[in-house]
Amino acid sequence: MQEIIDGITQAFQLIISLNPELLEVTALSLFISLSATAISTLISIPFGGLIHFREFTGKRVLITIIQTLYSVPTVIIGLLVFLLISRSGPMGFFGLLFTPTGMIIGQTILILPIMTGLVITALSGVDRNIRDTLISLGATEFQSIAQIVREARFAILGAVILGFGRAISEVGVAMMIGGNIRGETRVLTTSIALETGMGNFGLSIALGIVLLAIALVVVLTMNLITSGALSDSDKILGGPQA
Amino acid sequence: MIRISGLSRRFGDRDVIKKIDLEIRRGEIFALIGPSGSGKTTMLRLIDLLDRPSIGSIIFDSRRTDGKEFERRSIRRRMAMVFQKPGVLNTTVERNVAFGLEFRGMSPDMIRQRVGDALQKVGLSGFSKRRAISLSGGEMQRVAIARAIVTEPEVLLLDEPTANLDPISSQIIENLIVWINKERKTTIVVATHDMGQGQRLASRIGVMMDGQLVQSGEMYDIFYHPVNRAIATFVGIDPIRDCIVESNDNNLATIVINKIRIQAVTAFKKGQRVTLCIRPEEVTLSLPDACPSASSARNCLGGTITHLLPYGPFTRVHVDCGIPITALLTRRSCEELGLAHGMQVNATIKATAVHVIPDPRPEDNQLHER
Repeated sequence: MQEIIDGITQAFQLIISLNPELLEVTALSLFISLSATAISTLISIPFGGLIHFREFTGKRVLITIIQTLYSVPTVIIGLLVFLLISRSGPMGFFGLLFTPTGMIIGQTILILPIMTGLVITALSGVDRNIRDTLISLGATEFQSIAQIVREARFAILGAVILGFGRAISEVGVAMMIGGNIRGETRVLTTSIALETGMGNFGLSIALGIVLLAIALVVVLTMNLITSGALSDSDKILGGPQA
Repeated sequence: MIRISGLSRRFGDRDVIKKIDLEIRRGEIFALIGPSGSGKTTMLRLIDLLDRPSIGSIIFDSRRTDGKEFERRSIRRRMAMVFQKPGVLNTTVERNVAFGLEFRGMSPDMIRQRVGDALQKVGLSGFSKRRAISLSGGEMQRVAIARAIVTEPEVLLLDEPTANLDPISSQIIENLIVWINKERKTTIVVATHDMGQGQRLASRIGVMMDGQLVQSGEMYDIFYHPVNRAIATFVGIDPIRDCIVESNDNNLATIVINKIRIQAVTAFKKGQRVTLCIRPEEVTLSLPDACPSASSARNCLGGTITHLLPYGPFTRVHVDCGIPITALLTRRSCEELGLAHGMQVNATIKATAVHVIPDPRPEDNQLHER
């Protein structure tokens, strides 16, 4: 019991004193996961759109595969990417193993299925009638797709936030691809695993609190945007859905 | 303006549109009338080039419409369609109305002006900054109409524009439709299941049943001279089947059913099987002791009232005269005559008010046996 109390006390000291190691690990975590989310967003919206708007054989099968990959274990993605980018692998010559770039690649692959799947769901949620209306108003295919994506913006935003949540909280890819190298590839989750193993509960708890705080900020932002309480986001995003 | 020939549309193994020939004339309001599921919406989607026919062709203002998508789009941009569900997008009223103009690459200043005008026309001037999905059903439908007319289309297609709306909203929209046609000379095709609405708006009407255009023409013809039993029922007539023409003297025929003789003005020859259509408002009821003298051009049948059905300010009175006769009376005259269930009355019908159609019609039976 005393250990826990000591740990929490130490955690708050570390946070309040802006411990440099804590800041560095947090910054790297945010950088890697935000990058992965950004890249995945840029891929999943057009990719999801393509799947939703085009009719082709095997469409249902493809969607089922994507949905299955929602629950792919992070260590499997870690293994896959490891085999690809390790020195003897097909992409070994890039030297990406144990680098933040390698971790970004791994996390992007990890969250791509869930984001693509949720983008498809978001687009399916837009009434078929809207598409007919847009075409009837003289829209080209591109103009109508752009408007439908815009119409699904809140659901797509949800997909982005969920993708980010999965990226920042995962440990498998970060550990296997990053290698948890201090000052280079050490992120919040790998750091917690390591420090706990070494008995540094204070630092572990502090890192845990920071991770949850990031999650809280993400959730609050999402709620603010979707409830329309934030008038600026209202202007940028077009306001609340209901 | 639009010439439709041999048009069919098949979905799976079901023909939703069956060999329709139709011409929409420039500047007219044409109503497509028919019960739900008769193919009206599919027809409008085909005309708006949102869908391609399985067989047949649509010629729009002398141009073929079966070309590439960009050619079809250039034709489609000369039309506008208002769907049954308004399909407003989650943004301001103003932007909703602006879409058609944005897609055509019009300048923002011009768009603002045209959108303002269109909103004024539909009576939503103060609504431009409002969120479109927060409006009422009638207001949303007006947004949809503003969005359609802002592009100044040559042809406006309306699919059940007032379904699910209250009477006041419906009237606003009907007035708007007439205004667009009169002032802008826009050719309008309106699909509706409401005969009354078709009558109020349109100069010509086409009746659709089960994918076929079964009758087209002026309102009066369809109301008083339906070509088959299905249409007769749809326009509010209870057809009397299995009648035989007993004699025909100079187009004044005597027709027999259940040993009852009815005089009708028709060209059907002796011995032919026919169905009689009598509009309920053409039937006069009187008390037994006051039967008007039966002239050669009048039918006077005695019978018993079996059913009284309130019908707005009217009452539908079903009388069993050996054959079922329906009369439509105002409530007041019903009360004055003291009509009640089981009473004896006389039903008087002019021979000119009895419309005779052939019986049986094979295609007609097909419709019923589905």
